[in-house]
Amino acid sequence: MVINQQEEKATTTASPHPEVTKLRELVYELKIEQVMTQQVITVSPDDSMRHLKEVLRLNRISGAPVVHDGGLAGIISIEDLIRALEAGKIDVKVGEKMTTEVQTVFADESIIQAVNKFARLGFGRLPVVDRQGKLVGMLTQGDVVRGLLRQLEMEYHEEEIHHYRASHIFEDIVSDQTGLILRYKVKAQDFVRCGEAASKLKRALERLGAKPTAVRRVAIASYEAETNLVIHTTKGGELIAEIQPQKIRIVSVDSGPGIPDIEKALQPGYSTAPEWIREMGFGAGMGLNNIQTCADEMHLNSKVNVGTRLEIFINL
Amino acid sequence: MTVDEIAAELSLSVQAANDRLDTEVTGGYAADLLSCVMAKAREGNVWVTLQAHLNIVAVAALLQLAGIIITEGMCPDAATLEKANKEGIPILTTPHTTFTVVGRLAQMGVEGTE
Repeated sequence: MVINQQEEKATTTASPHPEVTKLRELVYELKIEQVMTQQVITVSPDDSMRHLKEVLRLNRISGAPVVHDGGLAGIISIEDLIRALEAGKIDVKVGEKMTTEVQTVFADESIIQAVNKFARLGFGRLPVVDRQGKLVGMLTQGDVVRGLLRQLEMEYHEEEIHHYRASHIFEDIVSDQTGLILRYKVKAQDFVRCGEAASKLKRALERLGAKPTAVRRVAIASYEAETNLVIHTTKGGELIAEIQPQKIRIVSVDSGPGIPDIEKALQPGYSTAPEWIREMGFGAGMGLNNIQTCADEMHLNSKVNVGTRLEIFINL
Repeated sequence: MTVDEIAAELSLSVQAANDRLDTEVTGGYAADLLSCVMAKAREGNVWVTLQAHLNIVAVAALLQLAGIIITEGMCPDAATLEKANKEGIPILTTPHTTFTVVGRLAQMGVEGTE
């Protein structure tokens, strides 16, 4: 029996903004020390404001932490310098003009802490200290953005490689006809695990880069075939999927009881499932119909007391 | 419209996967026969049903549904909720009937995808 598949209507899909979630996740995952600038230009409290002016000018920076005996003593900015210049106090020491109550972040904190501090305080940069109070780096909002972008790009790249490897399996492995065979054993009456084979097969196809519309048809057909093995067979059976570059062949085999009247079994709504199975929502008698609708080609052979063999092809 | 907004509007209680409520809902489908659901429900749909056993999660996961609304006070067992959490399929429950829930969804602008 050969059934032609009608073109499926395109389904509209709305994406649930994975980027936002990913970014939010990264803000918690990434540590400040992973994105901060490690080479910090510092000044000493004993340096003059004149010296500071040169440091800022030569390094094109707008402020610097003040370090004394290895510890963070304060922070001094270009605004402090301008005020000193206006007051004609260019030769006073940095120690006299610096801000001593410095807001800092810890190197091992996640960057969400820094993001919150930037938002609350409106500062352009924050000194980063270790748990002993030693200055280990500087963090700007630009560092945070760059760090996040770098990480996103890395993760995207990894996913791309993964996807690439899977989707090029048929190009990388050369033969006259390459096929990937996946076998799933399905137990009779095991309603707890019913659907597992179909869901594993679906995941495999997604990894291989199959079209979403084709994946959907395979998922429905294989789920119905798996369900039939669970509900109707005496000893369970096997679901075998052979994936080829252009199409997938799914075979479901069992060892009985067999279908007495195939014509009847294919009619929508015809069901032999017992009441307790119907109560679970199974056995509506549309399984074979659903498979037929999803398949480009379907062959069903059955012999009472011997078994049933269902073979379908779906173009990928 | 997200699953979250529907849960709030219809006072549904979230039983599983409350971290996946931001999924955009593409439409709705209601039935208690799994084969009907397999055939008709579309990706991103919210599914309204009386069924509360384990296999509704398998069906929803295969079709990538946005969530399942279980009506008439039916309560899924622990194994079902555990699987729903694992698969990231939100399960929402309500004492109201399927008819009432679908009516409210329609009022909110959720449409069938036929």
